[in-house]
Amino acid sequence: MSEPPGAAVSLAAAPIPTDAPSQQPNAQRVQPLRRPGRWIVTAVVLVVVAQILHGLVTNPFYQWDRFRYWFLRPAVLDGLLVTLEVAALSAVLGLAGGILLALGRLSASPVLRAVSWTYTWLFRSVPLIVVLIFLYNFSALYQTLSLGVPFGPAFVTFDESKVATDLTIAVVGLSLNEAAYAAEVVRGGVLSVDQGQHEAAAALGLPRGYQFRRIVFPQALRSITPNYVNQLIGLVKSTSLVFYVSLLDLFGTVQSMGNTYPGDVVPLLLVATVWYLILTSAVSVVQFYVERYYARGATRALPPTPLRKARTGLTELRARLRGEAAV
Amino acid sequence: MTTAHPRGQAAPAALEVHNVHKWYGAHRVLDGIDLTVRPGEVTVIIGPSGSGKSTLLRVVNHLEKPEVGHVSVGGEPIGVKRHGGRLRELGERAILAQRSRIGFVFQNFNLFPHLTVLDNVAAAPVATGRLTGPAARDLARELLGRVGLGDKAAAYPRQLSGGQQQRVAIARALALRPGIILFDEPTSALDPELVGEVLAVIKDLASSGTTLVIVTHEIGFAREVADRVVFIDGGRIVEQGPPGQVLDSPRHERTRDFLGKVL
Repeated sequence: MSEPPGAAVSLAAAPIPTDAPSQQPNAQRVQPLRRPGRWIVTAVVLVVVAQILHGLVTNPFYQWDRFRYWFLRPAVLDGLLVTLEVAALSAVLGLAGGILLALGRLSASPVLRAVSWTYTWLFRSVPLIVVLIFLYNFSALYQTLSLGVPFGPAFVTFDESKVATDLTIAVVGLSLNEAAYAAEVVRGGVLSVDQGQHEAAAALGLPRGYQFRRIVFPQALRSITPNYVNQLIGLVKSTSLVFYVSLLDLFGTVQSMGNTYPGDVVPLLLVATVWYLILTSAVSVVQFYVERYYARGATRALPPTPLRKARTGLTELRARLRGEAAV
Repeated sequence: MTTAHPRGQAAPAALEVHNVHKWYGAHRVLDGIDLTVRPGEVTVIIGPSGSGKSTLLRVVNHLEKPEVGHVSVGGEPIGVKRHGGRLRELGERAILAQRSRIGFVFQNFNLFPHLTVLDNVAAAPVATGRLTGPAARDLARELLGRVGLGDKAAAYPRQLSGGQQQRVAIARALALRPGIILFDEPTSALDPELVGEVLAVIKDLASSGTTLVIVTHEIGFAREVADRVVFIDGGRIVEQGPPGQVLDSPRHERTRDFLGKVL
């Protein structure tokens, strides 16, 4: 019993210092824990996924040949264009309105605070479809319509019959609704910026507008981006409601084509589904890079792009396989 | 430099605090502060936590509004103007212009994390319309060199140590060429081994003749750089004088008490 300590030390110490490490790497290397449970779960999941995919491809119910026929039809693409147009305009106008409303909520003026709060309360309470149909019937009640910033001055006054196209109604309705939600997202973002940042900007005597535009807002964007993208994805899908104000967007086109060709309802719905998936994915990709951009300075190193991640993952996997082979 | 009498009437005091009171509800934070700082003088304010030291500094650049009294920097009332016999509150734009002539260094640095070190320093001179972008960046590089961080211009603040961040914050304050710089416990958020590099920069400023008002718990540092030490407790100035007098032979019981705890 007097021997083991010394023996253990010499045994452990022997391979470390001077020996070429490449010759005896496995003596020191920690063996990763085997996880058979994980392999079983993986196998089960793969089987289920394969079954679902097999069903999707082979089930005649989906009529994939009709899907191929419809997917790039000009009518469908026109609808897609309307969806994109409505979504893009409403996203920009909604965010602009949301920023103004958030500034109102955060301002020192009790009147601005109350007005902003009331607007948000109202448009978050009323369903979007009600707003849209209400606006649709508006032109019957009023001959002219002034368009401006929420509670701001009217920029232009329109002759309603000329301007209140279905597209305008759709964009205005969606923007009014979107602004209410965006306002809360922006306000939350601004509140998430450390109070010390406001103080430092004030202590340096930076002009008020500069403080917001260059110091507070860019930092707020870090928390605004994921929340607003969430909103945006909701918005893209909400555009399907403009069908009810007789605007033929992607969903509207699919719906009316489905009425004309009742046999193709399922493939047409699949066409719409795939296009909405593509739009949402595009938004998510943009989100990743916007978030990465605004992470500058917030983290010590920027998160890797998916491409770089895939490359390092591949290198690691290859190294691991080689290591296993060596054992 | 350490005599209690003004040397002449020509130059206005760098800082004058006139009977300043500040309260939050029933809590009196500052209870009648009078203080005069001459140009080039280094004043160190010490006192227990909650005594009102930081509030006093924040009143000087109007981050806090005093309920009674006012502060003048270089003879100019801050945050107020004389109108007849009364003091009237200034508009925000005028207050911001005044603040840009008063340097302020925070305990937690408060650097702008989304801007590079260079832009942190160069931002204010451009935003306030004093310098063009290239001129401000040249000045920023010069100031970063002066605080020993010439090689960190392209880094972001979070990539720096606390001591380095505070030195950037000092360079940022210097970029506006302020007549006076206020330090609010500049080393309290730092690891002990980083305190020295920040104090060295402040010491360098002190010897260059810049007017400094420093709130600190570093008594040794106070002894070294201060022309005058002011001891505050309960929102009042208990005693003030040359460091040798206040720190080594305090006249008041409360000062002795406090120094006994921190030394």
